[in-house]
Amino acid sequence: MIETESRAVAGAPARLDARLDTLDLLEAEGIHIIREVVAEFERPVLLFSGGKDSVVVLHLAAKAFRPGRVPFPVLHVDTGHNFPEVIAFRDETVARLGIRLEVASVQDYVDDGRLQERADGTRNPLQTLPLLDAIAAGRHDAVFGGARRDEDKARAKERIISLRDEFGQWDPRNQRPELWSLYNGRHTPGQHVRAFPISNWTELDVWRYIEREGIELPPLYYAHEREVFRRDGMWRAVGEVSQPAPHEPVERRVVRYRTVGDMSCTGAVESDASDVAAVVREVARTTVTERGATRADDRLSEAAMEDRKKDGYF
Amino acid sequence: MGTLFRFATAGSVDDGKSTLVGRLLHDSKAILADQLEQVARTSAERGFGQGTGFDFALLTDGLRAEREQGITIDVAYRYFSTGTRSFILADCPGHVQYTRNMVTGATTADAVVVLIDGRNGVLEQTRRHLAVVALLRVPHVIIAVNKIDLLGYDEAAYARVDDEVRRVAAELGLGEVHVLPVSALEGDNVVERSANTPWYDGPALLELLEALPAHDELETEYDEFRLPVQLVIRPQGGLAPDLADDPATAEAYRDYRGFAGRVSSGRVRVGDRVSVHPSGIETTVAAIDVAGEPADEAVAPQSVTLRLADEVDAARGAVIGGAGSLPAARREIDAELFQLDARPLAAGSRVLVKHGTQVVQALVSEVTSRRDLDTLSHEPATVLEVNDIGRATLRLAADLPLEPYEANRSAGSFLVIHPADGATLAAGITHA
Repeated sequence: MIETESRAVAGAPARLDARLDTLDLLEAEGIHIIREVVAEFERPVLLFSGGKDSVVVLHLAAKAFRPGRVPFPVLHVDTGHNFPEVIAFRDETVARLGIRLEVASVQDYVDDGRLQERADGTRNPLQTLPLLDAIAAGRHDAVFGGARRDEDKARAKERIISLRDEFGQWDPRNQRPELWSLYNGRHTPGQHVRAFPISNWTELDVWRYIEREGIELPPLYYAHEREVFRRDGMWRAVGEVSQPAPHEPVERRVVRYRTVGDMSCTGAVESDASDVAAVVREVARTTVTERGATRADDRLSEAAMEDRKKDGYF
Repeated sequence: MGTLFRFATAGSVDDGKSTLVGRLLHDSKAILADQLEQVARTSAERGFGQGTGFDFALLTDGLRAEREQGITIDVAYRYFSTGTRSFILADCPGHVQYTRNMVTGATTADAVVVLIDGRNGVLEQTRRHLAVVALLRVPHVIIAVNKIDLLGYDEAAYARVDDEVRRVAAELGLGEVHVLPVSALEGDNVVERSANTPWYDGPALLELLEALPAHDELETEYDEFRLPVQLVIRPQGGLAPDLADDPATAEAYRDYRGFAGRVSSGRVRVGDRVSVHPSGIETTVAAIDVAGEPADEAVAPQSVTLRLADEVDAARGAVIGGAGSLPAARREIDAELFQLDARPLAAGSRVLVKHGTQVVQALVSEVTSRRDLDTLSHEPATVLEVNDIGRATLRLAADLPLEPYEANRSAGSFLVIHPADGATLAAGITHA
């Protein structure tokens, strides 16, 4: 290590004993962002999937307004292909915090023909239309999401407060500069903003925070035995909407999920990490990104996420 | 758990900035196998082959247009950590028309790394970046003299650039700057000290980034306490369900009134005397919650809720500060503006000013000068065009507790916003 200035240097401020660590600082920033949005917008909503990132945002919101309750509802875009454990977790969580749940159902859109089922069976790309309709129906002018910049190259360029036009589109070439911690959320009628309080967190930060705060997650984030089959280099759960082809033998394996999206495109990884401490250790030494390991939809092309974001996806 | 350090990278086109960032991420093992595989595949497709066979810039150029044009068009944020620190890196593009992104990166940075091509020395764009860094008072400035391999690792050649850089830094009023020779392509002095530059006895870039104190690690004893109020928490009827279940607890929170915000500077303890802008009332801190949990004290930049001993009329936009320490509120700002929007700003422009948690209407009463970015000297001007930095006076529709930027970064900075479409027109800092 090299020497840095100390109090002995005239005029130079001395270094404090480091009392605030990375998680303290990220938590303070996240709460600040959530409070700014609640103060400046009429009808915010949190996009809540039951996944770990949106669970962390909801936890921050509960802390931000304590002893008051979370002053906005949550919105779940239900693909109809969700893991049942995650739906149960979602319902328990909103009941515990006393908040309202809005649901946008992809199944309804497929049933009445507004959306067409894709040949590959995945429903993640189908979420955008029900999401935009739900935002319009709820007259939401701000939508919180749990997206993080370390997830993807397109997300790395996203602002913390990001303006969307009336079609929900993201224009990456024309973003507002974000200066100091002064967020500019002004918008015209029809526009809304997406707000990302944990933009600056990494996957490991999220897990360490879950461990530190004792945050409950859906059980499938931890190692469990399950019937799976191999597809596209990932372990897929056997379920109603996720059936193996004849050449895909079913096995019982100990697996866990790193993301919990649509059952038809989210894969499990082999893991014996059965509690949060073990997951933190596993993530700390991992060699593949969470989206690369478990999301078939992001493998479609190098710009897969960019294209979906421009269309209004999260 | 380590500390957090934010830094921005800047440089002219073709100085190899994306390569440096890719190298830093790769050599600090922040790049995972699937990302590497994707880059290797694309590198091969493009016929990138000599030497490493690996185009590090592909790791950071995120958008399709950037990959197609081989340029970077927006700030990209990158994350990596070492044993002692987590880093947030704002990778800022170097094109003239995107100077606003340099400002974006610099306002939140603990350090700025300015990359220059050792063969070219200090170019106009580098000077402009250093000028922005100087005016925004970024705590640490690092100048990486890149492509030292193409200078044949020659000490005399490096010394000439080092001299020039230090002379320019001094002219721009930058204090201490750290200058070092690197090769982003070959990895010299990026993560580890290089055997190719035995004449350089300073730290490698990553060593430096691990050692420099972050803004929030610096002594705050002499900074005055400031809390811009974001909102007031009054939970009657909307108490968190776990508190509402018990009637005695619910009763205890009946008259709760908490001022929520993020400590922007200094420190506050229970029992401290404080003043409140704009009412001017003095009272005592009765209780502090940090992130929802009771605490005896709080420091910047924690998110807190304060309860005050006396009934105080305060809402969003109020500022709580140490008793008697708040500045006289002002109706006029003499400011330095960084013009970020293509629409020029001139006397008579009606705008909004966002300062802390308050937004007020404002009128540009005069533009007095713009900076010559080669020397930072002022020349007479009446209009600020995009990428200009200049002086202006703004009249405000309401009082703002502005402080000199030199004394307090957050209390001395503001946004200039278009009143109709909401665009951020300029970044502003106040003058002493």
